[in-house]
Amino acid sequence: MTVGILAYGAYIPRLRLQRQAIAAANTWFNPALRGLAKGERAICNWDEDTVTMAVEAARDCLTGIDRKSVRGLQFASTSFPFRDRLNAGIVAEALDIADHVAALDVTASQRAATSALLNALIGGGPTLLVASEKRRAKTASPYEMTTGDGAAALLVGEGPAIARLVGSASRTADFVDHYRTDDQPFDYQWEERWIRDEGYMKLVPPVIAEALSRAGLQPGDITHFIMPGTLPRIAGTIAKAAGLPEASIRDNLQAQLGETGVAHPLMLLGHTLEQAKAGDRILVVGFGQGADAIILEVTPELAKLPARPGVKGHLARRKEEASYNRYLAINDLVEIERGMRSEVDKQTPLSSLWRNRALLTSFLGGECTKCGTLQIPKSNICVNPNCNAMHSQVPHAFADKAGRINSFTADRLTYSPSPPACYGMVQFEGGGRMMLDFTDVDADALEVGQTMRMMFRIKDHDPQRGFTRYFWKAAPATTSSKES
Amino acid sequence: MASGIKDKVAILGMGCSKFGERWDKEADDLMVEAYEEALADAGIETKQINAAWLSTAIEDQHVGKSGVPLAIALRLPYIPVTRVENYCASGTEAFRGAVYAVASGAADIALAMGVEKLKDTGYGGLPQRSRGVLNSMSWANFSAPGSFAQLAAAYRAKHGTSPEELKRAMAQISVKSHDNGAKNPKAHLRNKINIDTVLGAPTVAEPLGLYDCCGVSDGAACAIVTTPEIAKSLGKHDIVSVKALQLSVSNGQEASHNSWDGSHFVTTRTASKRAYTEAGIDDPRKELSLIEVHDCFSITELVTMEDLFISKEGEAVKDVLDGFYNADGGVPCQIDGGLKCFGHPIGASGLRMIYEIYLQMLGRAGPRQRQDEPRLGLTHNLGGFPHQNVCSISIIGRYDV
Repeated sequence: MTVGILAYGAYIPRLRLQRQAIAAANTWFNPALRGLAKGERAICNWDEDTVTMAVEAARDCLTGIDRKSVRGLQFASTSFPFRDRLNAGIVAEALDIADHVAALDVTASQRAATSALLNALIGGGPTLLVASEKRRAKTASPYEMTTGDGAAALLVGEGPAIARLVGSASRTADFVDHYRTDDQPFDYQWEERWIRDEGYMKLVPPVIAEALSRAGLQPGDITHFIMPGTLPRIAGTIAKAAGLPEASIRDNLQAQLGETGVAHPLMLLGHTLEQAKAGDRILVVGFGQGADAIILEVTPELAKLPARPGVKGHLARRKEEASYNRYLAINDLVEIERGMRSEVDKQTPLSSLWRNRALLTSFLGGECTKCGTLQIPKSNICVNPNCNAMHSQVPHAFADKAGRINSFTADRLTYSPSPPACYGMVQFEGGGRMMLDFTDVDADALEVGQTMRMMFRIKDHDPQRGFTRYFWKAAPATTSSKES
Repeated sequence: MASGIKDKVAILGMGCSKFGERWDKEADDLMVEAYEEALADAGIETKQINAAWLSTAIEDQHVGKSGVPLAIALRLPYIPVTRVENYCASGTEAFRGAVYAVASGAADIALAMGVEKLKDTGYGGLPQRSRGVLNSMSWANFSAPGSFAQLAAAYRAKHGTSPEELKRAMAQISVKSHDNGAKNPKAHLRNKINIDTVLGAPTVAEPLGLYDCCGVSDGAACAIVTTPEIAKSLGKHDIVSVKALQLSVSNGQEASHNSWDGSHFVTTRTASKRAYTEAGIDDPRKELSLIEVHDCFSITELVTMEDLFISKEGEAVKDVLDGFYNADGGVPCQIDGGLKCFGHPIGASGLRMIYEIYLQMLGRAGPRQRQDEPRLGLTHNLGGFPHQNVCSISIIGRYDV
């Protein structure tokens, strides 16, 4: 059996910062930004980072797939929250697959995801490859305009592939178009014209040619050409140089998403797969200290893949963000007065976090084997007043259950990085309930009976010790909202 | 059922400090202020007290842990002193300890003191409290107003009440309490307000506005209890006795089992039923002369009227708007101004409520005295959150009833 891509998934944060808002705040300083002030870019909510986005993209990818079949997890990003704590390990625990997968973080280049993909395509048990990036850019920089936050995932392995590998090539080069060191929060970038002429144009076309040659294909055989990058019109310029059909150039989603860094090649691949048909050939390029070129051929299996939100669904799940100040505040790009209520100590006892990981990271509750009552958290004694059996519960997964709001409020007293803090009692389908924080909600649209789905999010930050802790929150099950 | 506490213990004396922002007082100053009044009322000396209970809930803001702060403040003669904490029911817990000690015969005279000094946080509202290690990682980011505010959403959904109608009844609750508090020299807030002020106030936690929330203040209250026989032997004629003391504590069912609809308090319904049985009350709407309930938020008071079986389920809105709970209504509620006007120094609040019922029974409540001669009064505290809480009920009345 050949190795190929078995499934794809994506996640894009709901908030879309209007580029007009960036321009309005910053053209006094850099008038050239006006030329970029079109469309919108995805930005993380205050409780999202590369880990939480990766979990969502992975869940999307694993739609209809038995999670027990996954053998490996590779997580690609250059914006991991932890430098020495396996970020893929958090994702694995959140997906409740940690106890049977090998997990690895892949980083340090914008090419991390395509290189990891090539690695996974070598073979072995099904590997979940997830790429996620939370772009951090200086105020009033062109990067702030052109980048976006998002995550994409692929399941790679032997089996009924939706796309199979037909050829690839890579080269490595210490070409430093930009860099970010350990102690610097932002990229330092060289002149765009030099990056284009000496970087993209000299490094990419030869790699494409080699991949085509190995696949026994001509440039004209490519149906979809995926070329991520923040440089304007770079895909078209390379396509011309490489002889690729103009019609093959894929939309880079700049207008509605922004460039999502390491995640972007996989994001565009997911977007392409949503529109591709059997026999289509897809060329994906990853660029960063060299280049990867991967040629895939779509198979008839693609049509059988269960429906998922994917890129299209997540692009539609959007809320316009017109407040540049809120964007700065929730991304910690400005020092905002948080008030004394934010000063409560949030130390996480790591021993307790480990002991309680089934609840805190995997969101497992209990099912009573005596009476069948579902409950979360799992407890020693069944909560059903007509049962109260002792030690009768087995673990039960709640993360993928739908829930309904029983009661709610929008709280302006308690500290929240993005007030009001919305929360309420959520009652799960089939039983069980929990008082939960809500996320991605509009306070004035909440109602009793509303359907919610669970999402893995940042619970809070411990500024004193630099720790981020995560927990599950409830978000509206169907969300697309036009208001700002 | 156990024979209960009815008429086994009498209140010998009570005291209550002025509640408010007592910037110039420490917790021990407030305790002594309440104690001097109680001691004079009881007509005894400190050395006659056999045991004492201290209630504080946010002790790390003021006195710290243990019974020692009370023993030092009052220079108690090396007697047993126990500190209790049970969320906002803490004050009533101290009272329960003292009453049970007397009822058991372990003490002839016992003292309950509640105190809280909350105004040293630097911000308005209740101080943030620690929740425990695991809870802080898994509980939602809820505040007290935010958790109680959810009663409104669930109540509206259950009874089909419109947001406007419910908000109006909630506003009337606060207006009524301010009318009463204005007459009380010990209350923190003594201003009358009107419905428009309440409805126009900034939102704290949807749908609660600023005037739907009780204040936060410093204060102390104290009770000295003994047996009716000893009270008589000490020359007391009008004896006020304890008719019932009940406590009900959530076991996680509301929070984790889908049997609760979120619109009422399981604990209040449980504790009040037991208390009525203990006190021999058949019809609380007719038999109770007045009540002091835990009006931490207006919506709490509203649903509590039903949970105490005084208003029928779904009819509290009507009773409130009809003035049934006003000072001149059928069952006055918060005739002293309630938590709304006293604020909520947590450890003291339960004892402050009992203090008011005690004064009313003796006809000593001054301009706010209930005109129909009061016979039985009820106090009620709720601590925690609607989905997980502690409820205490006490019924106090004339010994001869």
